[in-house]
Amino acid sequence: MSDMQPDLRELYQEVIFDHNRHPRNYHGMERPSHAAQGHNPLCGDELTVYLRVEDGVVAEASFVGQGCAISTASASLMTEAVRGKPVDEVESLFQDFHTMLTESRPVNRDFGKLQVLAGVKEFPVRVKCATLAWHTLHNALQGVSEPAKTE
Amino acid sequence: MSAGTATTLVASVSDHARDFPILSRPVRGKRLVYLDNGATTQKPRQVIEAESRFYAESNANIHRGVHWLSQHATDLYEAGRKSVRQFLNASKDEEIIFTRGTTESINLVAQSWGRANLKKGDEVLLTAMEHHSNIVPWQLLCNQTGAVLKVVPMNERGELLMDDYQKLLNARTRIVCVAHVSNALGTVNPVEDIVRLAHGAGALVLVDGAQAVAHQTVDVQALNCDFYAFSAHKLYGPTGIGVLYGRHELLQAMPPWQGGGDMILTVAFNRSTYADVPQRFEAGTPNIAGVVGMAAAIDYVQSVGLDRIAAHEQELLGLATDKISALPGVRIIGTAERKAGILSFVIDGIHPHDLGTILDMEGVAIRAGHHCAMPIMTQFGISGTARASLALYNTPEDVDALVKAVEKAQSMFGLTETP
Repeated sequence: MSDMQPDLRELYQEVIFDHNRHPRNYHGMERPSHAAQGHNPLCGDELTVYLRVEDGVVAEASFVGQGCAISTASASLMTEAVRGKPVDEVESLFQDFHTMLTESRPVNRDFGKLQVLAGVKEFPVRVKCATLAWHTLHNALQGVSEPAKTE
Repeated sequence: MSAGTATTLVASVSDHARDFPILSRPVRGKRLVYLDNGATTQKPRQVIEAESRFYAESNANIHRGVHWLSQHATDLYEAGRKSVRQFLNASKDEEIIFTRGTTESINLVAQSWGRANLKKGDEVLLTAMEHHSNIVPWQLLCNQTGAVLKVVPMNERGELLMDDYQKLLNARTRIVCVAHVSNALGTVNPVEDIVRLAHGAGALVLVDGAQAVAHQTVDVQALNCDFYAFSAHKLYGPTGIGVLYGRHELLQAMPPWQGGGDMILTVAFNRSTYADVPQRFEAGTPNIAGVVGMAAAIDYVQSVGLDRIAAHEQELLGLATDKISALPGVRIIGTAERKAGILSFVIDGIHPHDLGTILDMEGVAIRAGHHCAMPIMTQFGISGTARASLALYNTPEDVDALVKAVEKAQSMFGLTETP
């Protein structure tokens, strides 16, 4: 691994600080159609993702839990990004988001606000922080009862 | 101690930083400020060269060859045992068993002594501040034998509640397992008292010395403990090599826990007989170069002087504690009366992992997380801490770099005015 200095501001953009301080859709859900728990055993980050899917479309997404700024902001941005999207489109967004953070090949997609998390790629030990919420969301949609892990 | 003496001491001990080649490599384009010594210490040239010299000049397998090199390697390996015996002030060389490290040493006691001696309803007494490596081996043993795990609580400063300890000790208590120094809190536990009380109740004591041996002189006869475990890599030595000290009569009565070459007298398909201690517990070709490196590390810390190292680290711990506590929104986790060079803290509004990343970009290496001591984090109601842990080569400048980097993180997170 290179020890060249990536820019800390690429990782900690203002949008991330904003979503960390004021996470969006940060609440439980009365009768979710889907829910799953995520846990990153290495750093102790924990969260629960709730979804209300109607006619194959994510009508509502929320989360509760605790974690670092990257993990909290990523969960918050995710709940905004998936709302109103068909389930299959959400799954493909998860795959593309994962590729953006873990692989060198470019991804042909407009990530919108999620683009602010692209800088995490330069900090390999923090990729798990950004992907925990997405793995959890994926498990919720797949009906997996085991807590999601990023390992 | 006068301020003048303290400054001289700090200067002279940390002058040994020049013995550590890695400390002169920049990290992230910055001077490396290595404050993750609780995880592993850096290695002085003396250790690196000893291990390399072993492979260049002395390598052969031990305890079997009739040829000269094998005898030579065996002599070096056994000289390492003697060196560890002196280091711990054990009474016999045979009381020193080489393992992969503290974790393996504890597992050895649990699986050998524990399985042979524990039965349903017996109690294993741990403390609330144990590392996972001094919890999980005992849980496994309890599951195998039906013994029960009990836990000595601690107060909000991270000190064991000795009254509760005395109440928990009873005729069913078979062994007490305690960290000499807590890796997450820095607490130095009163091992002499713990041993005296345990022996009074007829229980043995295993001491996890992983965080102690590099920071103070350890004398197993003075402590009067039954088992003492440590790893070389936290003592400026190589990884993958460690020690179990055990009282000779206990070791002699213990069955083997791993079978293989080097630990037998005779083998037939219907029956094998086992070697005497310590070979009985050293199955297979051991980490010979590791033992040579560990002996070099012991020579090294003794040449610097453990008392001087201890005084130096206490000086720096005091300085770091004062400066970090003075920052806004900081809470020190672990404020025991007696501490060794570990400073664990949390900061309002910044998760330890975010802090770890920002400090890393300043060249400051710390540990962030639960430090393999999740029950401690649960007691303090936190998910993790940032931990700065000290070694002989650290300086007041390292403490300043830590403080400056924490201030930068607070400013980035909008918690303070930009300095």
